[in-house]
Amino acid sequence: MSTAEAIRLEDVYKSFGETQVLRGVSLRVAPHEVVCLIGASGSGKSTLLKCVNLLEPVDAGRILISGQDITSDGVDVNRVRRRIGIVFQAFNLFPHMTVVRNITLGPEKALGTARAAAEAHALELLERFGLSDKANEYPDRLSGGQQQRVAIVRALAMQPEIMLFDEVTSALDPELVAEVLDVIRELAKGGMTMLIATHEMGFARDIADLVCFLDEGVIAESGAPEAIFTEPSHPRTRQFLQRIVDAGRL
Amino acid sequence: MGLPPGAEPVPSSSSGSRGRGSRMFGGRGVLVSSASTIVFFALIALVVALAPGSSLVAERFFEPYHLNRSLFGTVTTPSVVGAFVLNIKMFLIAEVFILILALVVAIVRGIPGPVFFPFRAVAVGYTDLFRGVPLILVLYMIGFGLPGLGLKYFSSQSEVTYGVLALVLVYSAYVAEVYRAGIDSVHESQTAAARSLGLSRWQAMRFVVLPQAIRRVIPPLLNDFIGLQKDTALISVLGPIEAARAANIYAAEQFNYGSFVIAAFLFIIVTIPLARFTDRLIERDQRRRRAGAAL
Repeated sequence: MSTAEAIRLEDVYKSFGETQVLRGVSLRVAPHEVVCLIGASGSGKSTLLKCVNLLEPVDAGRILISGQDITSDGVDVNRVRRRIGIVFQAFNLFPHMTVVRNITLGPEKALGTARAAAEAHALELLERFGLSDKANEYPDRLSGGQQQRVAIVRALAMQPEIMLFDEVTSALDPELVAEVLDVIRELAKGGMTMLIATHEMGFARDIADLVCFLDEGVIAESGAPEAIFTEPSHPRTRQFLQRIVDAGRL
Repeated sequence: MGLPPGAEPVPSSSSGSRGRGSRMFGGRGVLVSSASTIVFFALIALVVALAPGSSLVAERFFEPYHLNRSLFGTVTTPSVVGAFVLNIKMFLIAEVFILILALVVAIVRGIPGPVFFPFRAVAVGYTDLFRGVPLILVLYMIGFGLPGLGLKYFSSQSEVTYGVLALVLVYSAYVAEVYRAGIDSVHESQTAAARSLGLSRWQAMRFVVLPQAIRRVIPPLLNDFIGLQKDTALISVLGPIEAARAANIYAAEQFNYGSFVIAAFLFIIVTIPLARFTDRLIERDQRRRRAGAAL
């Protein structure tokens, strides 16, 4: 456990049927580090995150969380997932529960926290992210930005060691993107270890300690954001960033 | 018919004089529809009244004397309404067991993993079997077959118990499919979200999937229960004196079919409110979905 990386991927492979999505990905994320995954749609960013959270089993390779191999046989997946928060592109809030119930479900059922304590913690988190007045609303009464912030709070309520973000602003109207990114920025300031798949290049440049460019299931290039965004060495990275610039998104 | 209240168009001043009904046809349309309705039903009444045998039909089916006597019973015949209480009892008891058994079958059918293959196979076999066999055959096999086995416990139950058991077995197969459709309709991302919080597969089912699934299948469930309520009459083949059998006893003794009309009427007054309630739930669901889509 001692000085191990928070996350370590060793030569991870993953296919869906005939399609190879991850073709030997290796990655190290130090504690408190923020790593951004960039790359075209279908390059394997989402799949990589889902593998880290064991929502998808890997075909080959290993994934270690704080030194523990979570891809070995006999690992309690529920226990692993409680240590890792994930936020999805489509929010995936539970529509039949109020905001506060969405947040307390995990702590209550998975951690066995008493309802009162879970609720108090949930309200505290909602307060911190400016959502106190939404505690008793149902998700469909909230804007996309608010829903996504609730989804982040829901993951945080489990007090995870690591947070994974899977293109969390891609489903949002442009004017709602900032409020969600601000939440992630605040988490970075607080020292949360994060692995972030994103299309927001400006944001990645801002927040990341390390940027990894995924291309056809491998990390084609990785480095400090300045290096990647100003002088990319790999031709595919250059191509990708050029397209982003042409689209007016950097 | 009937726009939902929220969808009513704002009446402009030019069309302010028109009433609510006129929106469908226009002012002249109301007159035409009223006239045609009156003429239509007058003609039917005329045909019925003039048809040969119509007085006989009135006497055999609708004679107030017989309607009254069959409804409340005579010294030698049971009261149809009294017997109908048994139908309601059987319906209520069967319904509880069906809701539980069907849910178990639906859940078992969805458990993944090779270890659970035999369980899934049993669930599939069960639904296939009991959806395929006519209810009346199941009634015969259980109601006449089980007592004939001479077993200590299973062969000494009442006909009502056997009848309810047959209803539960057959209807659970249908209702399990309804549940399964509901479970399948909840998007897998909901399960993923629940599992990502560290909930077990069962917890995700129990707290996230089932509450949403069951809410969605309430209208089709009620629909099945309307069918169940009527099919309690089939248990009469085993001998218990429920409404249909009581009506039959009266008809056989008095040579009058008013008792059947009475029994039919009793079933209708129970199923119609159930049907309207189902309609309302469906309507409410659609309204909510539209509102959700607009957001």
